[in-house]
Amino acid sequence: MAKDMMTRFELYRPADIAGALDLVDKLGSDGWLIAGGQDSLDWFKDRAKRPTAVVDLSRIESMRGMRETEDGLEIGALVTVTEIEESTLIQNFYGVLADAASRVASPQIRNVGTIGGNVCQDTRCWYYRSGLDCYRAGGSTCYADTPEAMNREHCLFGADRCVAVSPSDLAPALVVLDASMVIQSKDGERIVSAEAFFIGPDVDIERMTVIGPGEILTTIRIPNTWSGATFYFEKVADRNTWDFALVNVAAAMRVENDVIQDIRIACGGVECVPRRMTVAEDIAKGSAKDEETAKLAGGSAARGAVPLNYNHFKITLLENLVMRAIRDS
Amino acid sequence: MAYTLLGKNFTPPDIRGKVTGKAKFAEDFRAEGMVYCKLLLSPMPHARVSNIDVSDALAMDGVVGVLTADDVPAMEGAAQAILTNNPHYVGDPILAVAAIDETTAADALEKIRYDIEPLDFVLDPLQSLYPGGTNAQVKGNVANAGIPLQELKWTARDFASADTDQFPMTGKAVSEWSYGNLEQEFSAAAVVYDESFVTASNSHHSMEPRSAMSYWENGKCFLFGSSQSQSFMIPGLAAYIGIEPEDLVYIAEYCGGGFGSKGAPYPIMALPAHMSKKIGRPVMMRISRAEEYYLGSNRAGFQGRVKVGVARNGKVTAVDLYIVQSGGPHGGFPDFNSAAGAVSICYQPNAMQYRGIPVLTNTPPGGAQRGPGQNQIAMVMEPLLDKAARELGIDRLEIRRINAPNNDTIFGGRQRSVTSAYQTEALNKGALAFNWEQTKKRSGERNGSKVIGVGIGQAYHSAGAAGFDGLLRIAPDGRLHIHSGVGNLGTYSYAATSRIVAEVLHCKWENCVIERGDTRKHLPWNFGQFGSNTSFTMSRSNHAAAMDARQKLLEIAAAEFGGSADEYELGEETVFSKADAAKKLTYSQAAQRAIDMGGKYAGHEIPDDLHPMTRASATAIAGTGLIGVAKDNYALDGSPPALAAGFMVIELDTETGKFEILEYNGVIDCGTVIHPLGLASQVKGGAVMGIGLASTERIVYDPQNGLPANVGFHQAKPPSYLDVPSRLGSDAVDIADPQNPMGIRGMGEPVMGCAASALICAISDALGGHYFNRTPIVPDMIINAIAGREQSHKPLQVYTF
Repeated sequence: MAKDMMTRFELYRPADIAGALDLVDKLGSDGWLIAGGQDSLDWFKDRAKRPTAVVDLSRIESMRGMRETEDGLEIGALVTVTEIEESTLIQNFYGVLADAASRVASPQIRNVGTIGGNVCQDTRCWYYRSGLDCYRAGGSTCYADTPEAMNREHCLFGADRCVAVSPSDLAPALVVLDASMVIQSKDGERIVSAEAFFIGPDVDIERMTVIGPGEILTTIRIPNTWSGATFYFEKVADRNTWDFALVNVAAAMRVENDVIQDIRIACGGVECVPRRMTVAEDIAKGSAKDEETAKLAGGSAARGAVPLNYNHFKITLLENLVMRAIRDS
Repeated sequence: MAYTLLGKNFTPPDIRGKVTGKAKFAEDFRAEGMVYCKLLLSPMPHARVSNIDVSDALAMDGVVGVLTADDVPAMEGAAQAILTNNPHYVGDPILAVAAIDETTAADALEKIRYDIEPLDFVLDPLQSLYPGGTNAQVKGNVANAGIPLQELKWTARDFASADTDQFPMTGKAVSEWSYGNLEQEFSAAAVVYDESFVTASNSHHSMEPRSAMSYWENGKCFLFGSSQSQSFMIPGLAAYIGIEPEDLVYIAEYCGGGFGSKGAPYPIMALPAHMSKKIGRPVMMRISRAEEYYLGSNRAGFQGRVKVGVARNGKVTAVDLYIVQSGGPHGGFPDFNSAAGAVSICYQPNAMQYRGIPVLTNTPPGGAQRGPGQNQIAMVMEPLLDKAARELGIDRLEIRRINAPNNDTIFGGRQRSVTSAYQTEALNKGALAFNWEQTKKRSGERNGSKVIGVGIGQAYHSAGAAGFDGLLRIAPDGRLHIHSGVGNLGTYSYAATSRIVAEVLHCKWENCVIERGDTRKHLPWNFGQFGSNTSFTMSRSNHAAAMDARQKLLEIAAAEFGGSADEYELGEETVFSKADAAKKLTYSQAAQRAIDMGGKYAGHEIPDDLHPMTRASATAIAGTGLIGVAKDNYALDGSPPALAAGFMVIELDTETGKFEILEYNGVIDCGTVIHPLGLASQVKGGAVMGIGLASTERIVYDPQNGLPANVGFHQAKPPSYLDVPSRLGSDAVDIADPQNPMGIRGMGEPVMGCAASALICAISDALGGHYFNRTPIVPDMIINAIAGREQSHKPLQVYTF
């Protein structure tokens, strides 16, 4: 029940990635990585997570900034959400990411929160956040998936003991841009596609991403595959700022002569991972970019959904947002 | 009447401190040797705590003391305790630890061992009323102001009398009244609507959590607290501490928002005083944001049913209203009764029956929140009026005019009259600014997936009291010191009503000093700053004191220059002879004369009818200048009302359930306007709160374990900057009330309810008149309604998303 009072911890502020990797290797599961701190500090203040050591990455200069590469764009994991939102490069060529960034949390949080932190943030299931001993917290039950539970904000797909959803607005945008996540550890570097980066409870119920102990997400690479494509992003939340998506949608498509040549659509707030709308994509691909295609694709979006007691509205919302992604982009 | 100061904007003296950060709120104070305390909060919604072992905590370095329920006064009946071994909601404080810093105190809380036995708990009042249903307190399930804790159950037959989706109307009530011939009016009505409804409970979200600091010095308790009110706090707060009122020094110069939750003394405020007494050191209790959601109280939720009869000409003829209130474990505020009064005054039915029950629930304590009861019921009633207008083919503005209260209005169970009422004028003024005739034609206008909705809302709150004291002093330096004990909840009405003294005494505002915010400044007995009363109440008592000072000035001049007092007049901070303006005394000179003359002039003799607090304050400053002091004995016949009308147009997206508010205009009938900028802030700020009440805010509990889902701003969702319209219009009727010396009435609360109900009506209008039977109306409800799907919640379910 302790709220708003952190426990004591050792704070490390490495100046480079090598130093940070040494620390996370040494600290193992006792260590906690922090960048903007917008997710972490809540956990600490509620004493629901009690790391004994915190590694603050914010002084690592090499994890800041963006640079154009031959085949796209590299974004340091410490780039703030505001920097993403305001980057003319991203606005001009990868607009879906800038649009998504503009809808993250609030301006104050965007000024501090980083792209790396945004994609690594933990789920917002309020039971889990209350500090209950649910599956995700290492326990043996789910409080949200019961006949009486208040689960309006939980998942439609991929329930596996846990019914939490991906809270990120940037994640679906990165999935449709086919971004790669560069993860470093003492053992070297591995590169994982954004789609594979996020994991559901069926893979690991206590993690939201593939990042394990000893690893740091350092860079996000966006290939130029979708540069300058037709984009769409929309987020529906109760409030227009400082709120998490009930459902969000990101889409990237190549349209020639009003025909959709290629398309990727991903949605947040409906599954533990940003959900690729592959059936909707298949319907849209090669079809005219018109109301009929949009309706058909939208209508397919919720196929297979298993609503909980308080979230069946998400079916309609998901269908409508996927429809709008095609119709209104 | 033309005034020099009233009706004009000014800069209240506390603004500079607020915008520069120099203002000191309760948690900004420090004292030598001060320690911090943290609270152990109940993890269960209803429990019994025993075998508390604090030895490990006390053994920690830096821990200086523990305070338990045994150290604080026990409470009678259903009343809320400062600390309890019988917690009644998740977050109920069990004990406190004091330490040299907060981290140590929080660490120490984790070292405390105790047994906690879970007891049955209840969130849904109707379940508590069911035969055999759980009581939120061991000794009962019903209580409120004037209603002792008791157990009350309806019969199975009562519940069987209605469908499960309908509120049963036959159960026993504890509060009821009626007038007129209900049966006859219903049978004669052209249309009758019968709707069950739920209005959600929501939090106050005071920006400043209710922190407090306290120490003892020379037998007196010093308490730095966060409250809307000042003098009104003293008796109750002293009782919580267990001392005489005169032994309490209470400092509350600034208040970072209360919205009703800090209007009267609240138990936790006394905790640092008890801890300080026990450990002999100053104690700071900083309440965190999450704790504020437990301790900061909630607006009561309603489950109810209303049957409304409307005649062919649009007149509301009959209302049958039943409200079951969910008010937390101690009963909360009598929102349920206030709601009934509001229905009676706003729609003037020929016959009305009201029944109500305040049921206890194992949720945080209920408390008054801006328009408590009136604003919930406005959201229930206003869309029904629209329904009648549509069915009877009457314009929605016109049906409101037809039923609008006026100077002849009689209302409520006691059939009270009003001091004056100009709701028709408020509606007309709002309609003009909103361009109602043109704007209403946009109703249903489509633009792709978007549709326009137009709504009018109305709300009421009583707006004043009488019988409190005014106190002022003209010092020998000529400055006018206005002693105000009303408090400073943030509306600046303490300052606006102080200007009445300057107005009467023809003083320059720059030469006035408002003495306030600290018992040591010798403050009079004033009412609490709540219930939209300050402008009316304080203007009367300040006027009375000013008139007393005026008379004394005239008499002093007569004594100086000869003749009688009525041969003299006031002007430009002098008292002068009407016949010979050269015969004059400056206020500085008059103040010195008052000291020399002594007696009543210098405050040595004071009226017998003053409150003891005012007597003490006047006595303390006696001999320091000319003292003006008087009780407000002006006649008051009837109830002063504040009535408001709001006009709103929204564009609702049928594919997302979201809407944008395109325009809002609010108009208040509050008598003479004394501070235009303050009034505009209230109308606009009230609208923002009303938008939240209608569309985003509600508290949610898990029925399995009683846990709250919203213990942060982002979870409880007060509207953000991007959820409110960029255009917010405000205006006032500005017709003087005859029962206030300056024509003033209060206004703070209905300006929220009229916006909330205007939004509910606009959403309903956009959806072709759909009646939701529930507030707030959130996107998923709109999506489900448009899709023709059932709502997720059961019709009478409470505390759901």
